[in-house]
Amino acid sequence: MSDYNFAYLDEQTKRMIRRAILKALAIPGYQVPFASREMPMPYGWGTGGVQLTAACLVPEDRLKVIDQGADDTTNAVSIRKFFQRTAGVDVTTDTTEATLIQTRHRIPETPLTQGQILVYQVPIPEPLRFLEPRETETRKMHELEEYGLMHVKLYEDIARHGQIATSYDYPVKVEGRYVMDPSPIPKFDNPKLSDSPAIQLFGAGREQRIYALPPYTQVVSLDFEDHPFDPSKADHDCDLCGASASYLDEVITDDQGGRMFVCSDTDYCTTRTGMGHRGRLAEDAA
Amino acid sequence: MRDMTQPILSVTGLERRYGARIGCTDVGFDLYPGEVLGIVGESGSGKSTLLSCLAGHQGVDAGSVTYDGRDVLAMAETERRRLARTEWAYVHQHARDGLRMSVSAGANVGERLMATGHRHYGEIRAAAVDWLGRVEIAEDRIDDRPTAFSGGMQQRLQIARNLVTGPRLVFMDEPTGGLDVSVQARLLDLLRGLVRDMGLSVIIVTHDLAVVRLLADRLMVMKSGRVVEQGLTDQVLDDPQHAYTQLLVSSVLQV
Repeated sequence: MSDYNFAYLDEQTKRMIRRAILKALAIPGYQVPFASREMPMPYGWGTGGVQLTAACLVPEDRLKVIDQGADDTTNAVSIRKFFQRTAGVDVTTDTTEATLIQTRHRIPETPLTQGQILVYQVPIPEPLRFLEPRETETRKMHELEEYGLMHVKLYEDIARHGQIATSYDYPVKVEGRYVMDPSPIPKFDNPKLSDSPAIQLFGAGREQRIYALPPYTQVVSLDFEDHPFDPSKADHDCDLCGASASYLDEVITDDQGGRMFVCSDTDYCTTRTGMGHRGRLAEDAA
Repeated sequence: MRDMTQPILSVTGLERRYGARIGCTDVGFDLYPGEVLGIVGESGSGKSTLLSCLAGHQGVDAGSVTYDGRDVLAMAETERRRLARTEWAYVHQHARDGLRMSVSAGANVGERLMATGHRHYGEIRAAAVDWLGRVEIAEDRIDDRPTAFSGGMQQRLQIARNLVTGPRLVFMDEPTGGLDVSVQARLLDLLRGLVRDMGLSVIIVTHDLAVVRLLADRLMVMKSGRVVEQGLTDQVLDDPQHAYTQLLVSSVLQV
């Protein structure tokens, strides 16, 4: 055991964060300000997500942490260790076993279930920020539901690239009311936001905002009538497990132009390989 | 047809103070559909204060503003902002204040359409092309940013962006300020055509008497926050009554 309070944060801080979470759940997509604490990691490493996780954790929880879909990357490993040490909770890499999943930039391929909590790390919670730098003005725009500007961004995409070139951080509208930044998940994951049985919480530490999607919330990706939303992915199957419907990472394998596509969700890929699925480049012994 | 005998904008006893100082006070006028009202006066006479009060950009200390039978000052902000992006338009003196400099000309024109619920890219683009043509900007500049435009083009783009939703009432704050004379002339010509064709009601603030002579039907002269004289443009300019107006008219350089 450690000398830290359970899950690092003191109880009053967790209480404050839980109140913000409750408010966020009550108003889906609305950014609730909270008094973000300094965490023992740099901004941009998930300080918002970590505070949400700390406030939600109970000793019975099984925690899973992923970074770009993978359980074994730096960010995931360090946050998982952090909570193992400060909270002593069980950890897992199995999506179905986990009760609380903290994620950076992906939603697991395995469908989530009721009772699970998915915590996102958010760098910039304000979807209108790049077009309207004034915070007072963006708040007013949310208040009055003036979201024309969001389409100006999509218009620019089509005018410049012939299609909506935004491929991650793709803006969504929640329950026909608030426009929300889904954190930098690929737009491939956007449909999974909608109607999910799990609770989805978003935390931005530096920007001091929490927002949330309660279970079974309708989330629609913004688009034009003649340029509908397209949750695209690389046009390949996974080279390890052969999955055709999962989001793929492109891996350069040599300097002769060799490359392979693998599932970005490592747990999904290993589970499939364990079940005997094989892709183009899989070693049979694996 | 709309009722042309009822004023589209009716202002009485308008006052705006900056602490003990007067921004403008006791201003009252009626603006009828299709009419162009010029407001002239020296710098600091309260012209721009008056205009931004009318457009709701700043609060008012006393008086009333009625637009189309509705009390603008008592209106909820939602409604006022909806008016501001549909039936009203505001042309800033500096095009940079009225344009979004980081997005293309097409997106600038399309923004008001998208803000009013248009969700068809092809149609928005067609409207943008149409409006760029009307303000004499070549179609192949549609994907350029306003930063790449000259001052005159920026000002014309700002006008296109404002008129695309077919507003009824346009506020203009020195639209020709900072432009050279030949560009001014073209812009004025363009404005005059648009005002006629679209039947716009316009309130135009300027210190340039030539501009009001060309555009305005009626004229209001302001000094130290008060209206000192108003009447038909030609009448005020040809036969000024108030000492200040006489000074103003006689100060115009003859070439």
